Amino acid sequence: MSNVPEGPAESRLEQVSRILIDDSSRVPVLIWFTSSVIWLLLGSLAAMISSIKLHHPDFLGGIEWLTFGRIRPVHLDIVFFGWSSMAAVGALLWLQARLCHVRLPWPLLLSGLAMVWNVGVVVGSVAVLAGHGSSIEYLEFPAYCAPFFAVPALGVLAANVKMYLGKNSQHTYVSQWYLLAATVWLPILYVTAMLCTYFGLVQGVSQAITNWWFGHNALGLWVTPIAVATAYYLIPKVTGRPVHSYHLSLLGFWSLAIFYNWAGTHHLTGGPLPAWTITVGVVGSMMMFIPVITVAINHHMTMRGVFHMLKTSPTLRFTVFGSFMYTVASFQGSLEALRSHQEITHFTQYTIGHAHLGLYGFFSMIMFGAMYYIFPRITNNEWSSARLIKVHFWGSSIGVLAYGIGLCWAGWWQGLMMNDPSIPFLQTVEYVKPYLILRSVSGAGMTIAHIAFAISVWRILSRHHFVMSGPTLFTTERPAWREFVNEQNKREEMAQ
Amino acid sequence: MNRTFLVILGAFLTIAFSLSGLVLIPNWQFQEHKPVVNPRDGSQYPAPYYGLALQGRDVYVDQGCAYCHTQQVRPKGYGGDIRRNWGNRRTVARDYMYEYPILLGTMRTGPDLANIGARQPARDWHYLHLYNPQITSAGSVMPRYQYLFRTVKAGELVPAGAIPLPAAFQAEGTHIVPTARGEQLVEYLRAQNRTFPLPEAKQ
Repeated sequence: MSNVPEGPAESRLEQVSRILIDDSSRVPVLIWFTSSVIWLLLGSLAAMISSIKLHHPDFLGGIEWLTFGRIRPVHLDIVFFGWSSMAAVGALLWLQARLCHVRLPWPLLLSGLAMVWNVGVVVGSVAVLAGHGSSIEYLEFPAYCAPFFAVPALGVLAANVKMYLGKNSQHTYVSQWYLLAATVWLPILYVTAMLCTYFGLVQGVSQAITNWWFGHNALGLWVTPIAVATAYYLIPKVTGRPVHSYHLSLLGFWSLAIFYNWAGTHHLTGGPLPAWTITVGVVGSMMMFIPVITVAINHHMTMRGVFHMLKTSPTLRFTVFGSFMYTVASFQGSLEALRSHQEITHFTQYTIGHAHLGLYGFFSMIMFGAMYYIFPRITNNEWSSARLIKVHFWGSSIGVLAYGIGLCWAGWWQGLMMNDPSIPFLQTVEYVKPYLILRSVSGAGMTIAHIAFAISVWRILSRHHFVMSGPTLFTTERPAWREFVNEQNKREEMAQ
Repeated sequence: MNRTFLVILGAFLTIAFSLSGLVLIPNWQFQEHKPVVNPRDGSQYPAPYYGLALQGRDVYVDQGCAYCHTQQVRPKGYGGDIRRNWGNRRTVARDYMYEYPILLGTMRTGPDLANIGARQPARDWHYLHLYNPQITSAGSVMPRYQYLFRTVKAGELVPAGAIPLPAAFQAEGTHIVPTARGEQLVEYLRAQNRTFPLPEAKQ
């Protein structure tokens, strides 16, 4: 393993080979990424509907397809399968090709698999809206959707292994371990969980354990390693500094692999299970301090002395924000697993707040960072407007912080009130309402951010918005979009 | 090169290990669960759902009730479940031996339903609550499930099955009757009764 993705003194040959590598991953990565951005918008829409319904239950009230019990799981599934997983696959294909110094194999097949995956999300979402969901969190999509995800997941695994085996780089970088392991974990997790859930392989409360074995691991062993791998790549790459410690990154990887997959049962604390199954989950969650602290030290120490770059680089600012939130959300998650903590916060909005600090504050922010880095490299274009990126960053970061802190605060008190039988239950409902409105407001902020991001993505993909001069930093001034188009038109007229 | 297989093998083993430990072994342990026979009438507990209640479970699932309601009672001294009268004892694995899918839930936007059938045995309460939660629980954020009911114009005559709406919620000359799905859901809710004593659930 080397400490830097690629050496600082770069030969002309390396530059050329990198162009060829990016060229090979262009089409598949663009399809996975663009699809994920479209799902991000649809996921935000489903989120807004669900959120508003929680404080105004009559909003769109008469429409059975949009009832809370359907639109809320659709939000979760679109965000998990559509946005998170597709963004993760895009990032992983691009990263692995770069890190292995090989051209991406089977670009057509991998593009086709993205479309298969998309079909799965569409079919699954419509099924849930039509009332065919299973009410099993993260596995709501009916059994017939499984092949749409299992087959592409295996295809991505195969491509990943092929790149890894045929790699031209002499060293293995820590990111590659995470990426490889994640692609091994996803198909095993998904196929096993679907078989157990839909084909009656397990009965009674084992179904609930399977549910959380999958639900927790899908986050911790699929999207988390990919985001950690991405941050491990982007932070040294943008700052030009080597990763702080090789040994720590090794420890971080293996401790994640060993401990994370036992943690899921903390979702069932106090439930109808043998106590030891919960205890195992609590221990697993506590041991997660090891990988989290190692990653935190490594990322933070790599940034030491170059924090000023956060002012200018969008990629770095999103990634470092996400990396920081990884530490915060993971610490919170480990503590949350304790029985004394769960007694209060289980079954409350606290869990929802935590989930968003993790999947949004950590994972999504790093994916945004990755996209700000990767899109220009595979489109040979630049981001059209620093202002849009600013709207995106501030909408997302302030939005998720207000969301997370607001709901965790509300959930804590909601839990204390719920545990006090002298307080009528409906009073807990009344107490949470203002925070639910805060949730809609912060969710709107995040949605605006996503729209700004989608406009940026559309412009970088569109031939009408060629931006040739240098990367777009937060400090970059570009002519307004309208002027651009006019200039473009003038140029075209002159050419004629 | 060996490292590749080390990572793949390691990833595989870690996940296989936790699958066995958390899912397969407990599942094998639970196989020995047997229902208890009630000495008074010879009925068994737990019993599988049947009839309308069984159909009602599908309505419960398709409406996504589980996203706001749990079906589990935590032990005495852990949370306020028993003191809130959501159950007379904690629920244990055996309570769920026939549940497929299991609907434990993770969120209590609304109260726990593990024993809602024991707490609210009356059908009409459920119908009113589903038709408009504000009738029975003012301030609730539960949606109105009016599509589980149909409106009948009946003038003076009260059609069979019409729910006893308070005057303020009833339009002149119309009556509200539950649809088949509404009836199924209510029977399912009324079947939620996990009060039968089990030896392993002393708390």
